[in-house]
Amino acid sequence: MQHHIVLRVVTKLLCGLIVLFAFYVQFHGDYSPGGGFQAGVIMAVAFIAYAVVFNLEMAQKVMPARVAHKLAALGVLIYGGTGVVSMLFGYTFLDYGAFQPGHPSHGQHWGILAVELGVGVTVTGVMLTIFYAFTSRVPSISDEEW
Amino acid sequence: MATESVHDVALTLHDQLPILQLVVPFLAAPLVMVVGAGRGVAWLIAFLASLAAFAISALLLAQVIDGGFLSYQIGGWAPPLGIEYRIDAVNAFLLFLISGVSTLVLPFAYESVKAEIAERNQALFYTCYLLCFAGLLGVTITGDAFNVFVFLEISSLSTYAIIAAGADRDRRALTAAYDYLVMGTIGATFFVIGLGLLYMMTGTLNMGDLADRIAPQTDNRTIQAAFAFIVVGMGLKIAIYPLHLWLPNAYTYAPSAVTAFLAATATKVAVYVLLRFSFSVFSPGFAFENYTYELIILPFAILAMFAASFIAIFQTDLKRMLAYSSIAQIGYMLLGLSLMNASGLAATMVHLFNHGITKAVLFMGVGALTLRAGSSFYASIRGMGRAMPLTAAAMVVGGLSLIGVPGTAGFISKWVLVQAAFEKGWWPVAFLIVLSSLLAVVYVWRFVETLYLHEPARDAAEAPLTMVVPIWITALACVWFGINTDITMTAANTAAETLLSGSTGLAEPSPWTSALPAGEASH
Repeated sequence: MQHHIVLRVVTKLLCGLIVLFAFYVQFHGDYSPGGGFQAGVIMAVAFIAYAVVFNLEMAQKVMPARVAHKLAALGVLIYGGTGVVSMLFGYTFLDYGAFQPGHPSHGQHWGILAVELGVGVTVTGVMLTIFYAFTSRVPSISDEEW
Repeated sequence: MATESVHDVALTLHDQLPILQLVVPFLAAPLVMVVGAGRGVAWLIAFLASLAAFAISALLLAQVIDGGFLSYQIGGWAPPLGIEYRIDAVNAFLLFLISGVSTLVLPFAYESVKAEIAERNQALFYTCYLLCFAGLLGVTITGDAFNVFVFLEISSLSTYAIIAAGADRDRRALTAAYDYLVMGTIGATFFVIGLGLLYMMTGTLNMGDLADRIAPQTDNRTIQAAFAFIVVGMGLKIAIYPLHLWLPNAYTYAPSAVTAFLAATATKVAVYVLLRFSFSVFSPGFAFENYTYELIILPFAILAMFAASFIAIFQTDLKRMLAYSSIAQIGYMLLGLSLMNASGLAATMVHLFNHGITKAVLFMGVGALTLRAGSSFYASIRGMGRAMPLTAAAMVVGGLSLIGVPGTAGFISKWVLVQAAFEKGWWPVAFLIVLSSLLAVVYVWRFVETLYLHEPARDAAEAPLTMVVPIWITALACVWFGINTDITMTAANTAAETLLSGSTGLAEPSPWTSALPAGEASH
C-alpha cells in the first residue's frame, strides 16, 4: 500500500474519528441503536483499517497482540464484576437495582452502562485477536511462487 | 414510570451460594488471562476457584439432599421471564461430582500440563479449563432451558480448545478436536432446534413452566419432534453408542489431565441434561418418551455395553482402551434410565458418580504413566507396575471398581442396577449386565498383566507426589463410596424420587425478588 497516498492520508484522518464514533455508539447504546457489541466492532475496525493500509507491525505497535488478549478477558471481568458488586450490596447477581437503591430504573441505566462497557472491551479484544491470528500466519507459499 | 421500591431484605452470603457456585470459577477464567503470565499463578487461581466451588457444592448438597429445592433469580427477574437457577438433589449431586473431580484433577494437572503443553500456552490452557469447568457447572445448575444451551456451548467450545492443546504432544489432537467440534456442534444444533420447537408450542423457556405447558399437549407432533431432537442432540454429547465416534480420539489425544476431567464430568453432565428433560420438562408418563427409551435407547445401551467393551479388549493403547470402556459404561447409565423406575434412576445417578471417580483414577494413572513412559501404549508401559508401584496399585483399585468388584464404588452401582432390572422383571437384562461385566474383567486384566507381569521396558521413577496424592485420594474415594454408601445412595435415591415426581412447576417468587415488576423493565 506504499504508493496509495490517498488511502494512507485518509486512513490516518479517519482512524481517530472511527474511535470517536465507537465511543459514541458505546455510550449511547442504552438510548439509541448500538451498544457494546457494535461499538467494540467499530473500535476494532479502526485498528484493522490501520493494519490493512499500513502494515501489521505498525498496528501492533499501537495495540500489541498481548494487550488485545488481555482486553478480551478484561471485558468479561467488567461484566461479571458488575454482578459481583450488586451482590456486595445484598442484591442478586446482576440486579442493577443495587446501583441506585430507591430508584431501581435509574440503577438499571448504571448497570447497563457498566455491562455494555464490558461487552465493548471484550469485543474489541476478540475482534483484534481474530484479525491478528489470521494475518500473522505465514503463507506456506509466497505470492511470487504462484 | 419510575418504580419506587425499598429493598428491605439484603441477601446474605448463604443466599448467594447458588450463583457463587458458578461465578467463582467463571470469573477466575478471565482473571487467569489478565493476571497470569506465569504457570504457577495461573494454576493457583484455577485451583483455588475449584476448591471454592467444591466447598460451595458441598454446602448446597447438604441443603437439598433430603428433598426440596433452592431457587435463585438472576438479576432479580422472576421466572419465567428471568433466568432461574434451580438446585435440587439431582443437580446438587452432579455439582458435587464435577467440582470434586476438578479439585482432584488440578493438583495432578500441574506436573502433567507442564510436561505436555508448551509453556506459552499454559495460562490460556487454564483459562479454557476454567471456562469448561464453569460451563459444566452452569449446564447443571440452571433451571432455564435456553441457559442450558448457552452453558453447553461455553463448555463445548472450551473443551474443543483444551483437547486441541494435546497437539504439543501429538498432532492428531487437532483432528480429534475438529471431529468433536463437528459432532458437538451438530449435537448442540439439534438440541437448540428442539428448544425452538418447544418455545414455539409453549412460549416459555423456564423448565418448570415448560413442564406445566407441555403436559396438556403431549400428543402434539411438534412436542414429540422437539423431544426427538433433544434426545439425539444430547445423545451426541453423551456418546450414546452409535453416536460415539468422536469420543475415542478426543479422549486419546487430549492432554492427560483434560481426559481425566472430561471423562469424569462432561458426558455425565450430558446424561444429566437428558434426565432433566426426560423427567422435569417432559413428564414421565409421556407415552412417546416411554417408547423412545424402551425401543431405541435400551437396545443401544445394551449394544454399547457389549460392543464397546469388546472393542476395548483389543486396543493396544491403554488410554484408548479406557475411552472405549467409557462408552460401555455410558450404556449402563442409559440402561438404568430406560428402566424408567425409581431404582433404575437411582442406579443411573449413583453410576454417574461412581463411574466419574473410577475413571478419574484410571485416567490420572494413565497420565502419570505417560509422564514417565512417554506414551500410554501397552508396549511402552510394560512392567511399569514395578517401577511405579503406587500409581499402578491405585490403577488396580480403579480397575476393580470398573469391573464392579464388591468393596468398590463400581459394585454399588451395578448392584443397584441389577436390582432395578429384577424389580422391573427384566431377567435377561440383569443377566446381560453381569455378562458384560465379564468383558470388563478381560480388559482390566490386560492392563494389570501388562503393568505387573512383564519385565520393565525401562527404568522409571515413581510419579511426582503432586500426582500420586490426588490419584490415591480418588482411589480411596472409590473404596470409601463402595463401603459407605450414605452420601451417594441417599443423594441418588432422593434424586430419583425428585425426578420421578416430575416437575415442581414454576417457583414462588422469593421474598428478596426485586420489587421491579417484570413489565416495567427499562424506564
